[in-house]
Amino acid sequence: MDGTMLPEVTAVGVIIKAILILAVISAIAGFGTYIERKVLAFMQRRVGPNHVGPYGLLQLAADGIKLFTKEDIIPQHANRLIFAVAPAITAATAFIALGAVPVFPGFTIPFVDVYVPSIASDVNVGILFVLGMMAAGLYGPLLAGMAQSNKWGILGSARTAIQFLSYEVVTGLSLLAPIMMVGSLSFVDFNNYQSDGTWLVVYQPVAFILFLIAGYAETNRTPFDLLEHEAEIVSGYVTEYSGMRWGMFFIGEYANMITIGIIASVVFLGGYNDWWIFPGWIMILAKIAFSFFFMLWVRAAWPHVRPDQLMWLCWKVLMPLAVINVVITGIVMMAG
Amino acid sequence: MGLEKFKNRNVGTQNYKKLDLTHPPKSGWCRFKQVASRTFKPELFVGLWVTLREMINALFRGKMHTTQYPLEKLPISPRYRAIHEMLRLLESGHYRCIGCGLCEKICISNCIAMETRYDENQRKEVSEYTINFGRCIFCGYCAEVCPELAIVHGGRYENASEQRASFSLFEDMLTPIDKLNLQQEYQGFGAISPNADDNIKKTPLAY
Ligand code: SF4
Ligand code: SF4
Repeated sequence: MDGTMLPEVTAVGVIIKAILILAVISAIAGFGTYIERKVLAFMQRRVGPNHVGPYGLLQLAADGIKLFTKEDIIPQHANRLIFAVAPAITAATAFIALGAVPVFPGFTIPFVDVYVPSIASDVNVGILFVLGMMAAGLYGPLLAGMAQSNKWGILGSARTAIQFLSYEVVTGLSLLAPIMMVGSLSFVDFNNYQSDGTWLVVYQPVAFILFLIAGYAETNRTPFDLLEHEAEIVSGYVTEYSGMRWGMFFIGEYANMITIGIIASVVFLGGYNDWWIFPGWIMILAKIAFSFFFMLWVRAAWPHVRPDQLMWLCWKVLMPLAVINVVITGIVMMAG
Repeated sequence: MGLEKFKNRNVGTQNYKKLDLTHPPKSGWCRFKQVASRTFKPELFVGLWVTLREMINALFRGKMHTTQYPLEKLPISPRYRAIHEMLRLLESGHYRCIGCGLCEKICISNCIAMETRYDENQRKEVSEYTINFGRCIFCGYCAEVCPELAIVHGGRYENASEQRASFSLFEDMLTPIDKLNLQQEYQGFGAISPNADDNIKKTPLAY
């Protein structure tokens, strides 16, 4: 760092950002569990956690202590290696995916005058990379369910496969239309495309809704929380997990929720462009926070679907809609 | 009359009358209308609004449902059968129990143990009276049989203790003499709880 403007990526910068992402996102993901409990409680007119610390804010610390000190049990007939590796897959892919999404506008650190682009690595196929990583993350539940020699686990991983086969095509196709409009796969280009203040959701409302639905399936949130639905399959793929391994699944899930929030904000909701008097970083934080809140809101309001309904929905309703959306976008673009 | 009618055990399969509650669409146009109305009816958003409304109610209109138990307690009904109390006579302050032994006799789990003797005035006096709350099933028979309304069920339902003995002696259940003016009379078997008026609500049948 020699004090000059450095728009390029430096190794030190990338490492610092990687550590920051790990630290901040895992803290936020942990805090997200608190937020989720609180918001769901309010929506059901309960109080939620309120004993540890002021307003229960330290509940997170209590949970952390509990998770870390819990006995790490590996079932007798489980495949020990896969059982141990599976949670790491979920957590790691969730964080790797975050490496290629921009969160804030680039800024210059005062006093040292170093220009920092706020993305760990602006891959030029960013969207593909992130979606691929999040899709690879589903190997976590898949392997975890199969490795633990538990029937609920097997059911959980079978559902993982179903879910994966259903939503993945919708995710890709719904994002295809905005990609056609922007003509790039890089998130930064998406953001710059909307810098005139018109959000892409205005042009692509159908794609936005399709992406949200697929995103909820991808992050395993209600109404598509089939993988570990307690009322049906005990705990699905995490039935046999305890302690920190289980915690890693959870952190992965919450990190994925944040990622989906960021993608939705950057691709459809105007990214980190300034809006009116609000600077870009506040805007994107607000958007991500709202999309996180919306996930909790939906969980409080809507019942979840059956696996066959999910397949029906994705293949017979959403995929045709996505294809039609892509075709219409193409026609409009060629005409325009 | 033959017995055939009674020998037929398939009672469940015969006389059902099926109500036609669904109205399946008849023509293709009707089917299309059904799909369209199901697709575009904002029912999902009604659900979202309901939860948001409850959240606003809870946070800003003071309609939180939670009773934060050890800090707040709901009033309990006088009919509630918790740890027993031995009452005193209001005039003299003497305990009401006349040592008749009916409660000891009727107790179905045999957990009341008492000893009596004549005091110097040839009155029955209770020298020992214990209830083993490890065995008591809180059936209420003892309170019902007592001719003097001497033993009643109180409202003390938090009966965790390090030792059973610590709340089963006569002196523990007896109203303290300095709290005599606070002694509650048993209101009878039909008594309603003090907050009964607040609990009256319209049956939610709106939907
Ligand atoms: S409540 Fe029933 S079980 Fe308990 S002491 Fe009275 S009679 Fe016995
Ligand atoms: S029934 Fe009543 S008066 Fe008789 S011994 Fe029991 S408490 Fe005393």
